[in-house]
Amino acid sequence: MSGVKKRINWYFAAGGVLTTLTVAYILLGMVWTPYDPGALSAADRGAPPSLAHPFGCDHMGRDIFSRTLQGAGTTLTIALAVLVIGCVAGLVLGALCGYYGGVVDGAVMRLCDAVAAFPSILLALVVIAVIGPGKYNIIAALGVLFIPSFARLVRGEFVKYRDRDFVQAARLMGVSHGRIIFVHILPNTWPVLLSGLAIGFNNAVLAEASMSYLGIGVSPQEASLGQMLSEAQSYMLTTPWTMFFPALVVVVLILGVSLLGEGLRERMGDGL
Amino acid sequence: MMLEMEHLSVRFCQGQQAVTAVHDFNLKMDEGEVVGIVGESGSGKSVTAHTLMGLLRRSQVEVSGSIRFQGVDLLTLSRQALREYQGKELSIIFQEPMTSLNPTMTIGAQVEESLRIHTRLGREERRRRALEAMALAGLSNPQALYRCYPHQLSGGMRQRVMIAAALVLRPRLLLADEPTTALDVTIQAQILDTLRDINRKEGTAILFISHDLGVVKSLCQRVVVMRRGVIVESGSVEQVFYHPQQGYTKALIAARPARKKLMGGVEHG
Repeated sequence: MSGVKKRINWYFAAGGVLTTLTVAYILLGMVWTPYDPGALSAADRGAPPSLAHPFGCDHMGRDIFSRTLQGAGTTLTIALAVLVIGCVAGLVLGALCGYYGGVVDGAVMRLCDAVAAFPSILLALVVIAVIGPGKYNIIAALGVLFIPSFARLVRGEFVKYRDRDFVQAARLMGVSHGRIIFVHILPNTWPVLLSGLAIGFNNAVLAEASMSYLGIGVSPQEASLGQMLSEAQSYMLTTPWTMFFPALVVVVLILGVSLLGEGLRERMGDGL
Repeated sequence: MMLEMEHLSVRFCQGQQAVTAVHDFNLKMDEGEVVGIVGESGSGKSVTAHTLMGLLRRSQVEVSGSIRFQGVDLLTLSRQALREYQGKELSIIFQEPMTSLNPTMTIGAQVEESLRIHTRLGREERRRRALEAMALAGLSNPQALYRCYPHQLSGGMRQRVMIAAALVLRPRLLLADEPTTALDVTIQAQILDTLRDINRKEGTAILFISHDLGVVKSLCQRVVVMRRGVIVESGSVEQVFYHPQQGYTKALIAARPARKKLMGGVEHG
């Protein structure tokens, strides 16, 4: 209760600082950018970082600082939407499969195995080829592909808990299945689920970046971090800042959330 | 009669194989009675209790006979109808206090859970009844414990919390499935005192399952001895302990550690 010496949770602290910085960066990008992220300027083509353009300009003279401000927001929105779809659907499927077991469980899990057996980028490419490119189609395709990993994670936890004494005890109090699943078991899966969310978030950011990098992500007018990296590829050796700064933002974003997830897991692990 | 179990048989089926866990079990209990079931591991005593509570998955077991509780055969009820009895009229305390509480819910929430399920009481009233049950279960500072989580409590306290949760709706019958086995002897004695108190004050009937003859002798009025799923002997505590009729019962009683033997020096080898 008290009197226990508090250890500083460095993961949590560092992750918190980095994530706060990134979120502040993205919020700033929503209301203010020094230049129009899409504005072309022939005079500034390939300009190196300077006071006027802190991150330099790309091969079309667009200000990279402005573009990362906006692009990070796009990337984050897509990653979060993907995560919400994957996590919510995976949670429900995994919880039902794990709790009830049986034939449905077997069928759903084999389906998840089948989806997981293919590289997700490849599957996403197939889906995009069918439904067409665009921001929302990317979200839908990646979201569906993220379901199996969450479903499996949650299912494993529910299998672990469904015959525990405290679950039996709840059943014997006459508690309904729904309430057992959501009130009695679900909170116990948080430590594992949170790590899964942190990893999933990173994968979603990278998946968006990869899709845009391959040219099937967001439309060229809209900036996203992956799309910027993709465009910078040809100029990497002549104007390295076009590659460096968008990559830096991706790294900070992922690192922050990873550390935060690890810190949270450690923190909850202590309590349980 | 509050409880009548007649010709109860339980068979576990797995594919082609079937194992009889309980065969032709008969037991009658009156309101407020304390009855013990004793037997070695695997004698079927826990299976009997779990069948009574409706804990077995119906797809995996074959149950025959009848369990009449207040005149209603529990075996014929649907799961939904059975739920009306579970936690309300019939409650159970498990053997393992360390794993029987949910680590993510506060003590208060867990004691209140039955009230939330079976009644429409408001938050304040639930809290009042929970604190009352916790006091009845012998927890000395219910107010402070109400907000605690299980990991902050000792094994003995957790078992008291389980008892409080089982008693909060004032059930007519409390099943105690080896409730003191995981606890040390001092705590065990205190818990038994608490159960005795509850039986006296509230008139709650207790079906006490144990392999510990001493505990059963001190707590119960009647006792049933089981072996390999069958009742070997039953009767009042005096009858069974002082005038056992069956060889198995005699052997069980003789196997208890006697104080004299321990005082005279521990036998080595």
